[in-house]
Amino acid sequence: MIKYLIKRLMLLFPTLLGAAILVFFLLRLVPGDVCEIRLAGTGLYADPAEIELCRKDLGLDQPIFVQFFQFLWGYVTLDLGKSMWTGAPITHEISLRFHLTLQVALMSTFVAIIIAIPFGIISAVKQNTWIDYIVRWFAIAGIAMPSFWLGILIILGLLIGTQEFFGEPWMPPIQFKPIWEDPVWNISQLIWPAVATGYRYSAVATRMTRSALLEVLREDYVRTARAKGLVEKVIINRHALKNALLPVVTIISIEFAFLMGGLVVTEQVFNLNGLGRLFVESVGAQDFNMTQQLVMLVVLIFVMMNFFVDILYAWLDPRIRYS
Amino acid sequence: MRGSIRAFVTVEDTGMVTVSEIQVEEQFEDLSPKTTFMGMISLMLRKQPLGSFGAVIVIAMVFMAVFAEILTSIDPEDNNLEYMLTAPGEMFFLGTDQFGRDLLTRIIYGARTALFVGFTCAIIGSSLGLVLGVASAYFGGMFDLIIQRVVDVIMAFPLIILALAVVATLGPGVENVIIAITIPFIPQCARVVRSNALAIREIPYIDAARALGFSHVRIIMRHMVPNVMAPFLIMLTSFLGQAILLEASLSYLGMGVQEPTAAWGLMLQGGAEEYAESAPWVAVWPGIAISLAVFGFNLFGDAVRDTLDPKLRSQ
Repeated sequence: MIKYLIKRLMLLFPTLLGAAILVFFLLRLVPGDVCEIRLAGTGLYADPAEIELCRKDLGLDQPIFVQFFQFLWGYVTLDLGKSMWTGAPITHEISLRFHLTLQVALMSTFVAIIIAIPFGIISAVKQNTWIDYIVRWFAIAGIAMPSFWLGILIILGLLIGTQEFFGEPWMPPIQFKPIWEDPVWNISQLIWPAVATGYRYSAVATRMTRSALLEVLREDYVRTARAKGLVEKVIINRHALKNALLPVVTIISIEFAFLMGGLVVTEQVFNLNGLGRLFVESVGAQDFNMTQQLVMLVVLIFVMMNFFVDILYAWLDPRIRYS
Repeated sequence: MRGSIRAFVTVEDTGMVTVSEIQVEEQFEDLSPKTTFMGMISLMLRKQPLGSFGAVIVIAMVFMAVFAEILTSIDPEDNNLEYMLTAPGEMFFLGTDQFGRDLLTRIIYGARTALFVGFTCAIIGSSLGLVLGVASAYFGGMFDLIIQRVVDVIMAFPLIILALAVVATLGPGVENVIIAITIPFIPQCARVVRSNALAIREIPYIDAARALGFSHVRIIMRHMVPNVMAPFLIMLTSFLGQAILLEASLSYLGMGVQEPTAAWGLMLQGGAEEYAESAPWVAVWPGIAISLAVFGFNLFGDAVRDTLDPKLRSQ
């Protein structure tokens, strides 16, 4: 097991290095210069000497390969550089916002799980009945509906709904407060984006639960369990579900990594100052240092999630770790 | 089966009997399944009711996109501040936005943008993936290894993150959005096509083709590519919905299609939230258009997958 773990861990590095190369050189293909944009953005005259100073400050005057190795060296020394836009250290900017995005991501996953698993089970057990059809339509609709639009609809619904019932419109709070300071405030603000993204992510997991359970229910041992007269409830809970949930766990953990991507748009809708918003802002401001570090962070989370799923599989299924 | 076979038998000088002519009256009932257009449609309706529903949505969208000028006489980019944020009614069927532009018109023209981006990205992305995947399987060795590592790297990026990184490099605009969406599609398709092509490479006719001295390009294009059409078409149709959704997301973030072009995602960005209370219709219609389009393409894609891939049919 230890050997497998180390082998699998070593495989992470080529992917991460590849991603670093791709992101770094992709972002430097651009014509234009952040210093020129920053100093002369609105068409004003900028002093060439000042631009030169700014370039020197950001390390842009160095040859591109030197810049690349500085970028890689930053991971060794845990210094991710400075934002080209605000000038603040990137680690600081990220740590300010990380817990917000993480909290929304965790809440979305939770929403996705509590929707997907019961609905998937009902849909599989009652295959080809009207309940099954409703669940499947609900799931397909979730995949088709953009989460930002669902977010807009939720805001609209809240405004109009509270206006109808309480006489005055209510909006989720705009100002962010951490959960340990004011839990009610925090939850009432973050539950809506979590629902908007969670619903969308539940759709894939629902379909996965349904098809995995259907497959297991056709297995011989389930037939045996039925033949010996077990109650259907016991068959589903004790025999079928345990085996069916493995692929569902995979889907949910991999989607957790993709949530970071999904939140890019949702944070914009709900005006949350998280990593997704920081990413969009850095793209808009051509702040490449920030953009590349955020992309690398998302890739890292994705690769790590994949790694954990692999380990989980190897732990559950000895055939994998010995092959 | 009705009909008759009549044979003319002649006795020649030599004394041999030959059958000189056989006349077959063509009165047989047609035993092969009818392949008329209507027959095909009714078969599809029976076998794939959801897919047909998807196809109807897709056809309606194509119709809207092609005949936009005939369907509406209003200019989608014409500001008309007099009628700012008019509620849906007789004059403007779906209401107007904050610049007084007719929403129905902009949704009809938006179909054009969405379909253009969707089809271009899906076709280019899956075609490049097809060639790359087949070549990777065919050549094997170092070439395959390098391509697969590159595919690994690109697939470690969530779609929208990679698309945004490309937009960061190229800047917004329709052409750049198409490039940004196409790039993540290529490796996805290449991976699926490669695994199918690996099996085909082992079939003896490929060896036969090599023995005949055909060029690599000819073997790849004439002998391998036609045999991986099923996974290729499955990927292509599944990309269509994704591309439309991704374009809408990018445009919503202001990183995609730019004003004043009519695009659904952009319509949601342009103040949909600010006017949420006073003019909810601005936020509702474009979202319905996006959802319906993606819904239609997904259903259609699922039907294509079920038809082409018997293994998945039971699910």
